[in-house]
Order: sequence, then C-alpha cells, then structure tokens
Amino acid sequence: MEIGERRDGDILILSPAGRIDNDTSPSFQTRLLGALTPAGAAVLVDFSAVEYISSAGLRALMMGSKQAKASNGRLAVAALAPVVKEIFEISRFSLVVQVFDTAADALAALR
Amino acid sequence: MLIRFWGSRGSIPTPLGYRAIRSKIHDALIAARGHQLDSPEAIDSFIAKELPFSVGGTYGGNSSCVEIEAGGDEYVLCDVGSGVREFGNALIAKHGPAKKSRFNVFLSHTHWDHIMGFPFFTPSYIPGNVIRIHGCHKEMRDVFIRQQSNPCFPIDFRSLGATIEFVELEPGRTYEIDGLSVTPIRQNHPSDSYGFRFSKDGKSMVYSTDSEHKFDVLTEKYPFVEFFRGADLLIFDAQYSLADQISVKEDWGHSSNMIAVELAQLAGVKHLVMYHHEPVLDDKTIEKVLNETRRYAEINEYPQKLIVSSAYDGLEIVI
Repeated sequence: MEIGERRDGDILILSPAGRIDNDTSPSFQTRLLGALTPAGAAVLVDFSAVEYISSAGLRALMMGSKQAKASNGRLAVAALAPVVKEIFEISRFSLVVQVFDTAADALAALR
Repeated sequence: MLIRFWGSRGSIPTPLGYRAIRSKIHDALIAARGHQLDSPEAIDSFIAKELPFSVGGTYGGNSSCVEIEAGGDEYVLCDVGSGVREFGNALIAKHGPAKKSRFNVFLSHTHWDHIMGFPFFTPSYIPGNVIRIHGCHKEMRDVFIRQQSNPCFPIDFRSLGATIEFVELEPGRTYEIDGLSVTPIRQNHPSDSYGFRFSKDGKSMVYSTDSEHKFDVLTEKYPFVEFFRGADLLIFDAQYSLADQISVKEDWGHSSNMIAVELAQLAGVKHLVMYHHEPVLDDKTIEKVLNETRRYAEINEYPQKLIVSSAYDGLEIVI
C-alpha cells in the first residue's frame, strides 16, 4: 500500500491510502513501528485517504501504541472517513489511540 | 437440528436486579403511550413487535449451557454452566422424575462457569439416568469431584444417583455419538479449551466458546477457518470489544465481535451467534454491540450474507 510521509517540525505524518486489511496491514505495521522506534518520536497517522480498516490494521495500530509507550513517544490518528470512524467505534479503538477530527487538531495536540 | 440456549453469559451468572426490571417497565410504559392495548393479544403483539429485545426481554444471566436436539434418543448438551439447572428442571417438569434418560455432555473446559450448574442438575441425583461427559481434558473427573465435595458443597459427587461417566476425546478425531458426528478442536485459552463441530444430515453447528483468536493477519491457513467452514451455525465467544481483546484483556482467553465476523465470513458461515457475554454488559449494551456487529458484517461486503445474532437464554434456532 502507498504510505505518504512528511514532516511538520518534529512530528512525522504518515498518510496511508486505500484499505488497511489482511493484505496491507503488515507493511503498515512495519512502517508505523519503524517510525515510532526512536525515543520520543511523535507520529500522526492521517487517515483521510483510508477507505477501510480491518482488525489486522487495528492490531497494527495497537502495536504502534505499545511501541510509543515503550519509547516514550506519542501517537495520534486523524481525519477518519465515515466508515473508518464507524469501525473505530465498533472496535472501541478510540480508547486505545488518540483520535482527532482533523490533522491540524492532532498536530496541535502533539506539539 | 434444533439448538436451544440455556445459558449465554460468560464468566459468572448475572441475574437482573430490581433496578434493571424497573428500568425495563419504565421504558415499556413510555413506548406503550398511544398504543391500543386493550386485549392480552394486543399486549403480546406490542411486546414482540414494538419493544426492543433489551426492553421486552433479556439476554439472560445463566452461564454456558446449550442443548442440541438432533432427533437422537439421548439428550445432547454443550457445557454445564448454571443454565443446566433450568434445563434439568424443565425436563422433570415435562416428563416427571421417573423417566430415565441418557445425557451426552460436551465439555469445552473445566473452568468454573462451565461446570457450576452440575451440582444443581436434578437428573444427576436420580438413579437410572446415565450422564456421559465427553471432553479433552484428562482431569475432568477430578474437577467435578472437587467442585462437589467438602467444604464447597454438601453432597459428595460420588454419592449422586445417576451413572456418570467421563469420556476422553482426542482433538481432530471425529466421533459418532447418538447419531451426531462430533469433532473437537483445541482452542487458545488458559489451561486450554475445546470447540466442537456437530454434523448430521448435511447440517453442521460449531460450539466454540472460551477461545482467544490471535493472529497478525487472517488467512485461509488459520486452522479455525477450515473448522468453521460452511457451518450453518457458529456459536462464538465474542465477550470483548477488539480493543479490550488485544490490550488490557489480552491472553485472558476470549475473543471479540469483529474477529467473530471476520472468521465467520472467511469460513462461509451462514449464521453467527455471539455468545459468552461479558458480565458487565447490560441488555442495552449487548443490543448495541449486536447492531454494531451486524453493521461491521455489512461494511465488509462479503458476497454471502452472514446472519448475526446475540445468544440469550431461551433462544431456539433451527438449522
């Protein structure tokens, strides 16, 4: 899957596109954990181009959350499409990672 | 094949308290405003058609027990949690205590909530009844004896009137028992648990509770996909949300509604029944989870429609 990347100061913004499912979650997880490995890393995952996320994709986010805690980093997600937002609600994942309506809101919180 | 649920709750029985009953009456009376309820039939129809199940009913409080009626001469049960007490009482109310019966119990595991009903299973006290408890745990007999001995219980297991036998099964082998083909599978749960696939006349039902499914990605190679393949009914441990299952409650031995849907859809299951409800969830929350789970099944857009239900004590499903 395509995962865009840019920086806003110290914050790394990852922008996956398409579906995060059984086929694509391994590459998403590898990229996310790599980004969160440096001590104190701040990562925002911009979900605006994500159409769907399965349990495998959410598990990758959970691994990211654990990695962030272990390396004293920060992880947030933002801009969920309506269907993805529903899946976050169904999975109760808003209790696991910080979810923001917009990337700007998330950046403000991560700074 | 008829499947009847006598106990659907996970971990511990959860009776309704008076506040919950009053809340249901309150909600029902509000919903009744403006309806013409001037006959018993109109009231019954209103309860059945107009009230949400969480108001007009309850998902129930007994721990695991499911009955399978498949046309055999013997009774078939999965687990003997607190629900088996009501099963036994219903049997005696129907036939009287004199009728001698044979029972086949398939035991997922020996955790307390799955065996706690047995000391209150009246047919076990009646000479002439035969109860065969099938399972894959070697220590089944010891656990039943320990549960029903001093100082935990006043009537010793060994003094029960019925003939009680323990039959050890081997996972992966298929057995013919009272006209049913039964295959156990080992599941991920503290001290192991076992699921069972029951088949007869081209119909199949899988009882798979207390099973934590842990995989990075779900593929056809995952053994439960084959075990569940094409089942007409899958009774599945969906105790937690996905977030709980893979964070604070990881390795507690249970699964979630989202994993249930993904596995059922990949395996081509026709009807998924969520089971072993989390004790802290009230009826409205279980109903909310049910609606969300149906929605997740829709979002996944599988070609074969998956029926999704939530088990409740008294639910009957014919396959």
